Amino acid sequence: MIENKIKISYREALKQGLQEVLRSDDRVFLMGEDVGHYGGAFAVSKGLLQEFGEERIMDVPLSESGFVGAGIGAAIAGMKPVVEVMTVNFSLLAMDQIVNNAATLLHMSGGQINVPVVIRMGCGIGRQLAAQHSHSWESFYAHIPGLIVLSAGTHEDARYLLPAAMKSPDPVIIFEYTSMLNMENEIQDNPAGVDISKAKIRREGREISIITYGTGVYKSMEAAEELASMGIDAEVIDLRVLRPLDEATFLASVSKTHRALIVEDAWRSVSISSEISARISEKVFYELDAPVKRLCGLEVPIPYPAHLEDSSVPQKKDIVNEVQKILNP
Amino acid sequence: MIEFTMPSLGADMADGTLVEWLKKPGDQVKRGDIIATVETQKGLIDIEVFDEGTIEKLMIDEDTKVPVGTLMALINPEKKIESQKAIPDITEEPVIQPTEEKAIPAFLTENIHIKASPLARKIAAENNIDLLQINGSGENGAITRKDVEGAIEQGKLVQGKEKSSIVAEPIKEQNISNPVRSAVAAAMSRSNREIPHYYLEKKIDLKKALAWMYGKNKELPVQKRLLPAALLIKAVASSLKVVPELNAVWDTDLQLKTEINIGFVVSLRNGGIIVPAIHAADLKSVDEIMENLNDIIPRARALRLRSSELSDSTITITSIGDGGADLVYGIIYPPQVAIIGFGSISEQAFAENGLLGVRPMVRVSLAGDHRASDGLTGSRFLVALNNHLQNPEAL
Repeated sequence: MIENKIKISYREALKQGLQEVLRSDDRVFLMGEDVGHYGGAFAVSKGLLQEFGEERIMDVPLSESGFVGAGIGAAIAGMKPVVEVMTVNFSLLAMDQIVNNAATLLHMSGGQINVPVVIRMGCGIGRQLAAQHSHSWESFYAHIPGLIVLSAGTHEDARYLLPAAMKSPDPVIIFEYTSMLNMENEIQDNPAGVDISKAKIRREGREISIITYGTGVYKSMEAAEELASMGIDAEVIDLRVLRPLDEATFLASVSKTHRALIVEDAWRSVSISSEISARISEKVFYELDAPVKRLCGLEVPIPYPAHLEDSSVPQKKDIVNEVQKILNP
Repeated sequence: MIEFTMPSLGADMADGTLVEWLKKPGDQVKRGDIIATVETQKGLIDIEVFDEGTIEKLMIDEDTKVPVGTLMALINPEKKIESQKAIPDITEEPVIQPTEEKAIPAFLTENIHIKASPLARKIAAENNIDLLQINGSGENGAITRKDVEGAIEQGKLVQGKEKSSIVAEPIKEQNISNPVRSAVAAAMSRSNREIPHYYLEKKIDLKKALAWMYGKNKELPVQKRLLPAALLIKAVASSLKVVPELNAVWDTDLQLKTEINIGFVVSLRNGGIIVPAIHAADLKSVDEIMENLNDIIPRARALRLRSSELSDSTITITSIGDGGADLVYGIIYPPQVAIIGFGSISEQAFAENGLLGVRPMVRVSLAGDHRASDGLTGSRFLVALNNHLQNPEAL
């Protein structure tokens, strides 16, 4: 079989994912603020209204609690809704629906009612959107039992996580990174192994496991390349599934490399990296040859000026430096 | 029931082999009685008991090597002989560690915290590597896998016929030729690693002290005649009354000792040193100290010391003796906090009151544990020592 590689932007990858799920099943519909006539706040759904019509590409009023609740109701009633929450910042208004309804109804109904809703959220830091619109709140949702939480840190996942998520009988949250929308990259056409249960080893290495997700993936990959030129062989793990965590993959990696660095844009305290670090200590403590380290976002409201914004989250050079420090203290 | 356990006869002792029980069940013992002979790196040691009662049961067999702290015997504090029969003869196996078994690496038995990664610890334990012997290259000097593997590798290279000292082998195999050397090595390495030493020096005029001693010796029978060492020990003991901060041990903090037991370094004929204690030297006269030295030095050289003589010192004196080096800088014997070094006594030009003279001089050094005391304390001690040696009749 010939490997088919296509060059694609992150935005286009998201759109193709949407097209695939809309074409494959009549019950699938997209709802969200400005997704129809405007083409999506980030132009991800541009042109979909023309192809699929108003019933399946649905503009909704500016009420996150209302339309996310409606999506959950549609899912219960047998539809397959894809709900777009423009950004994670606004998802706080829908959190009650997500946490108290979507995540619990299977349990509250004694297994009778499942909620196959997929909620997509733009998120992340890096477009000078200032403190109220620059958030990495993956950990809020990763905290909730009953949800499946995915993070699309690569073009491949931007393209293929959604079709995989649509097969889940339970509610799925997908985090998409707005700072990556214009970024182009090559992906494989129809890659194997995109599912919503496994972390992905993006680069194999022997000396340290860089464990990351979201915008950390490419930064870590680039850092690993630079480290390779210095003779340091780093493994990069893309967590991809933030809940339930695929701990087997990263624990096996740390057991192999004996060192771990966790990279994320999110604030350090009570974060995904806290959880990963704790599990490493709990389960593979005796494999560790150095303390587990973390590179996280600074615990400040994210600043507006570009240089301050850049310095508030880990960058490639920070990852390179930290790995060097761990390996050659 | 009182538990009698293998005593620690110094910071460097991890275990000992019971050679002979000198008491049997039913025997009455009192404080100071010798209950057993134990072989350590420092030779055969008579082990004393510190409680009164009747030996109820001997828990380990002769010729068995056990770690420090292992239960060796049960002593019934009530001296009822008949109770002895009521005790069933339980054979307890887990307490005993046969001699053949591998020595436990010191870092597992001694309560020393070593910074090492979990992986490094695991590999070290699997390969019986003593982490105390390894320098860490990790964060803040932590020992990492690389360091342990390096040590294993080094051990293999050195292995030819002799094993590397890093590999914790049973003591008997390790260095049959000189176990005392190993004990000295362990204690001195630990001292240099853990104790931040500071050094002071003072030249002391011994004219008056020696004159007093010669005068006294004229009246004494030959076997009771004094040596300068007895005088110096007494002067050190008296000076410690003035500066008690140096008569102490350091165990996470400074613990002052009320008894002044002076460890006196004795060189062994085939290498190595041993440091028996002169107990309560401040309460003894110079004659009594001399008597004590005459008894203890031959026994030390024969490696026949009592357990209390090996473990009770609260400070150490090392003295070079006639015709040797002018000065000695000691290394503190942990957990003590100071060591006093006396060079050889020799005639030197000496200025006093604007006049030159020739005097028998000794150069005295003091090494102090800077965690426990400061240079000023050490200096006060040396001044006190000088004062005492200028007034020998008061000693």
